[in-house]
Amino acid sequence: MKLKANASKLRELTQSREFSLLLVMVLLCGLIQWRSGGVFFSGSVISQLTQNYAYIAVLAFGMLLVLLIGGIDISIGATMAISGMSTCLLMRDGVITNPLLAYLFSIFIGAVCGLVIGLVISKGKVIPIIATLGMQYIFRGLTYFVSGTLWVSADKMLPGYKNFAQSSFLGVNNLFWIVIVLFVAMIVFLKWTGFGRQIYAVGSNADAAKISGISIDRVKIIVYTINGAIAGLAGAMYTSLYASAQGNMATGAEMDVIAACVIGGVSLNGGQGSAFGVLLGAITIAIISKSLSLVGIDAFWQRALKGAVILLAVLVNVLVQRNAARKALEGREI
Amino acid sequence: MSEYILELNGITKIFPGVKALNKVQFNLRPGEVHALMGENGAGKSTFIKVIMGVHQAEEGEMLLDGKPVHFKNTRDAQKAGIAAIYQHVTSYPHLSVAENIFVGHMKKKFGVIQWKEMYQEADRLLQELNADFNSRSIMGNLSVAQQQMVEIAKALSLNARIIIMDEPTAALTKRESEELYRITRKLRDEGVAIIFISHRFEDMYALASRVTVFRDAQYIGSYDVDGITNADLIKAMVGREIKDLFPKPEVPLGEEVLRVENLCRTGYFKDVSFQVHKGEILGLTGLVGARRTEVVQTIFGVEKLTSGKIFWNGKEVKISSPSDAMKMGIGLLPENRQIEGLILDWGIGRNITLTELKSYVNKLFLNEKKENETAKNLAERVDTKAVSVFDKASSLSGGNQQKVVVAKALGSDFKLLILDEPTKGVDVGAKAAIYEIMGELAQQGYAIIMISSEMPEILGMSDRIVVMCEGRVTGELSREEATQEKILALAMAKHTVVEGGVQP
Repeated sequence: MKLKANASKLRELTQSREFSLLLVMVLLCGLIQWRSGGVFFSGSVISQLTQNYAYIAVLAFGMLLVLLIGGIDISIGATMAISGMSTCLLMRDGVITNPLLAYLFSIFIGAVCGLVIGLVISKGKVIPIIATLGMQYIFRGLTYFVSGTLWVSADKMLPGYKNFAQSSFLGVNNLFWIVIVLFVAMIVFLKWTGFGRQIYAVGSNADAAKISGISIDRVKIIVYTINGAIAGLAGAMYTSLYASAQGNMATGAEMDVIAACVIGGVSLNGGQGSAFGVLLGAITIAIISKSLSLVGIDAFWQRALKGAVILLAVLVNVLVQRNAARKALEGREI
Repeated sequence: MSEYILELNGITKIFPGVKALNKVQFNLRPGEVHALMGENGAGKSTFIKVIMGVHQAEEGEMLLDGKPVHFKNTRDAQKAGIAAIYQHVTSYPHLSVAENIFVGHMKKKFGVIQWKEMYQEADRLLQELNADFNSRSIMGNLSVAQQQMVEIAKALSLNARIIIMDEPTAALTKRESEELYRITRKLRDEGVAIIFISHRFEDMYALASRVTVFRDAQYIGSYDVDGITNADLIKAMVGREIKDLFPKPEVPLGEEVLRVENLCRTGYFKDVSFQVHKGEILGLTGLVGARRTEVVQTIFGVEKLTSGKIFWNGKEVKISSPSDAMKMGIGLLPENRQIEGLILDWGIGRNITLTELKSYVNKLFLNEKKENETAKNLAERVDTKAVSVFDKASSLSGGNQQKVVVAKALGSDFKLLILDEPTKGVDVGAKAAIYEIMGELAQQGYAIIMISSEMPEILGMSDRIVVMCEGRVTGELSREEATQEKILALAMAKHTVVEGGVQP
């Protein structure tokens, strides 16, 4: 029997989860624009949005990889804190004198944290949520320990480090450039490299992946290390944006990040999700967080409403997915 | 009053596409142990489930004490005094023995559970069975034999008059089996009627007064245990006419590809030795619990070997992971294709190329066009019925899924393919296609190890047949000398008969 080897692009597009999410987002934006009396989508709000929430998007790309292999990492807020803090401490003490080096150092610390998590999960066989729950306390505790519970304030930081977060290139804030570059890298990594394919394989069916000759442990360790490195990057972004490093910084960031991934159609069971969906999810989270006050919603209601919007977006995605699964079964020859 | 406590006539049970039971009959006298025997897939377990009300028969009648009964579910059967102890113990490992015994019928007063009373009653039952543990022990800490004792206590707590045991001795040691015999005899002497399903002749001789044989979903006959010989019984179990064979094409055998010597994995198998040549199909067969899958998975590096040697092209090798095995040139097509063979959410093409991703990588990046073309060619080579290589694996029928698993193995440069039950759950047409592919592969010089429980398949396709029983090789037969009777006799031979030997 002859088979086709070309995909139908249109069908692929309209059946994708990202497509339905895009529709939800357009509706949401329209609603906000109308309720805010047309002020929400102004240049200044958008530039604030891209600058302030860039780190959420960056973290979400790392979390995407972890969720794809069926894991989860709730220690990324603490990883951000320890890498951002140790970088700023070395800057304060004059050890690091170059902003680029500061960023690289923060990424390195994050990667080490991620490697430890990866080893605990793969070699120690601890389930991911417990392993990262424990590591979260360890990293947070270490942050207070190395800093002696002190802050690193703006005047102790390199000017170039602080300015990086405030300046733009081609009219786009530098922090958002990081998001764009990482986004493109993720798309290429997941779609066109063998390792990207292995990540999906491990998350979709670890038993089949193992029989197919993939080393599950290796994939896990590398993914958690990448995620740690990305959290380290976010730690540097966060400290340069707010020009201060505090022991309790980015507490709870992981919740917004996981929410962004889930809204973006990433399955917590692993194996399903895309960089584009996660970008849309992160933008949705940013819009929800920023807009609720702008459209005049009472402060008490903002959190509850944020939760409701998140659940609604997830619900829509579940329904779309169920529909797609049914379609697949209809194609079966009986 | 009828002579029989339980009588079933003309029972037919149809599952989509298969007749699991075809007009079978069975009867049970009060206070007797009645053995039920047959090959894998003869319909024994389905039959038990019909009695217990788990499945509803399409045709036939069931008489209890001479009166027709109809059980809608297991509760109905239990109320009527019938209890079953299944092959795989179905218990709650984190709860106490007493809770396991009384699950579903807790002793309550005004809606409050009477713990003291329950523990006392449970201990009394356990004492009756001479158990060496008490009702407060945690179920999960007990051995399989002890857990079975709990299941029997549970049956007694329900005042069961009929107890069905589905291969209870399969996971027991010799000593534990004897303990089970003792309990079974005691129950029989107290007037309980027992249906005992087993592959073992020794179980039958130790306990049963009568034996009923099923074969291919049909009733073959009931015999007095004293009045039938082993040979006749084996004949009853396998005496089908073999037709529609798909004989393997004649291929001159090449040099030895794989040889294993005295493979052991503690708790699973021991002293397993065999070899396979280029162009040869080696059949590996046995009954449930023979541990054939465990042996090949260990060779493939999924599990660790305790001791033994593996030779690849005459040189001793160590295989510690599937990727090691694949690098050498061994491909495994797992028995459970939905769990281990395929990623069901993925398209056919991606499944096929997963094992050989490296060959589609061009300086770091995947060449999807090349990937899809290769997948298409491989899928067409095994004649997969689908529209495109992007069709999800879950949308295919069982036979076509199996073809995709075969195509997946063909994409790599393997010398040896291990096929674990390649035609399980596959319709007749797809079966023929898979046999044809296997024949072609042998002609192309692949060495093939085929695990199969189906006699016609084993007899038709294998050049040589290795038979296993309970983790040991009990014999090796050439294509010429193999018959159904010889294979089954070896598959039921205890290792005490043939001491760890390769030759019978």
